[in-house]
Amino acid sequence: MSITSLLAISLGAILTNNFIFSQFLGICPFLGVSKKIDTAVGMGAAVTFVMGLASAVCYGINSLLKLAGLEYMQTVAFILVIAALVQFVEMFLKRYIPTLYTALGVYLPLITTNCAVLGVALLNVQNNYNFIESVVYGITGGLGFLLAIFLFAAVREQLEFSDTPKAFEGFPIALVTAGLIALAFMGFSGLQVWPQ
Amino acid sequence: MNIVYAVALLGVLAAVFGLILAVAGKVFEVQTDPRLSQIQACLAGANCGGCGYPGCAGCAEAILAGKAPVTACAPVGAEGAAKIAAIMGLEATAGERMVAHVACNGGIHAGKNFTYRGVQDCLAATKVCGGDVNGCRYGCFGFGTCVSACKFDAIHINENGVAEVDKEKCTDCGACRAACPRKLIAEVPYKQKVFVNCANRDRGPGVVKVCTDSCIGCGLCERTCKLDAIHVVDNVAVIDCDKCRNCTMCAKVCPRNAIEPIPTEEERERFKAAQKAAAERAAAKKAAAEAAE
Repeated sequence: MSITSLLAISLGAILTNNFIFSQFLGICPFLGVSKKIDTAVGMGAAVTFVMGLASAVCYGINSLLKLAGLEYMQTVAFILVIAALVQFVEMFLKRYIPTLYTALGVYLPLITTNCAVLGVALLNVQNNYNFIESVVYGITGGLGFLLAIFLFAAVREQLEFSDTPKAFEGFPIALVTAGLIALAFMGFSGLQVWPQ
Repeated sequence: MNIVYAVALLGVLAAVFGLILAVAGKVFEVQTDPRLSQIQACLAGANCGGCGYPGCAGCAEAILAGKAPVTACAPVGAEGAAKIAAIMGLEATAGERMVAHVACNGGIHAGKNFTYRGVQDCLAATKVCGGDVNGCRYGCFGFGTCVSACKFDAIHINENGVAEVDKEKCTDCGACRAACPRKLIAEVPYKQKVFVNCANRDRGPGVVKVCTDSCIGCGLCERTCKLDAIHVVDNVAVIDCDKCRNCTMCAKVCPRNAIEPIPTEEERERFKAAQKAAAERAAAKKAAAEAAE
């Protein structure tokens, strides 16, 4: 493991293999909470936070499962862990960092069932990442989500004022926009910095 | 055998997490003010948003923080405000009870320019041909957008085809006022009994053409009122509720039935006779005074 490989992981998570635009994970909050830039950024920040934490904890759980020879139970175990973790974090924040708690607001519990969070935990296992790589992949994956939802919200705010045909108003045009941004992100695929 | 391991491991994991959460729930418990739930219990619970806060919970929080007065919840009235004041340890300084009132009695009295068969909603109707469904450009459509906005079943379309507020049920939450696209609904004191039920700001001849029960801005009421409580503003009479004492003289003198309560013919005759007698008395007095000089 070197700095280069961490850089490669980060770059991959944020741009080339963006969780939303190339892996299509976490689409639900991406569409649901992207009407306004500030709420979108709030959601993105919460996702980043939880993805980082979930990667770290799920790494531990995965080694436990490996020890027991129960790797096929990953998905179930990870869902359990993530749900408990989000609850725990919410309680902790409410008690000790109420400002962050109010800033994240309703988004924190929403993330419990976010497939990007579960996705990052499963991908960590698939890619055989070690602890540090897992955490880096989690956080940068979250940052990629943040970037995606921010860009999308900015476009959607402008779409509100645009003269869209009746049949395309609302979600249809938003989905078309998402597709176009995803196409644009395909351009990053030439940017692979794989370590030798 | 494997399945036993799997069940056991996940069971243990779940139990451990459950335990951690239970302990965390106790350790990280945040003390909320017990008054918060008490105050919320005193509020109307309709989440009408009339107070300007996000729902009743938001209102309770604002009252607790001292940002909103104890009277913030109009629907529960003075009684509820007193309860909340008791919880907060304050004296209730309840304001006068206010209710909504629809300032139009047109409906069947106003003609129709065309038959509107679109969505039965006032806002939708305003979008069709400049909203000229009624002959009157200011009057009530009677499609009941306010009726559906009311959470307290306090506003209905009456037999004249105009929205009418049930004073007893009205809580002055403001939902109908916000819903009416013609801004016909006003906030008036509960004890007010006299209203100008017309909002047409056109000049007299134009108004006569579109509605039989309408204010033409003739100013007869203004001259009759002894309390300076009614004035013609923008071609329509407006009552100053602070000055009005509900004597109904303006209603009796109105030639166009525009002021509620609309008098019966008999009342109108009697009032005219009384006015005439008073004028004669005054003239006689004046003559006597002049003779004495």
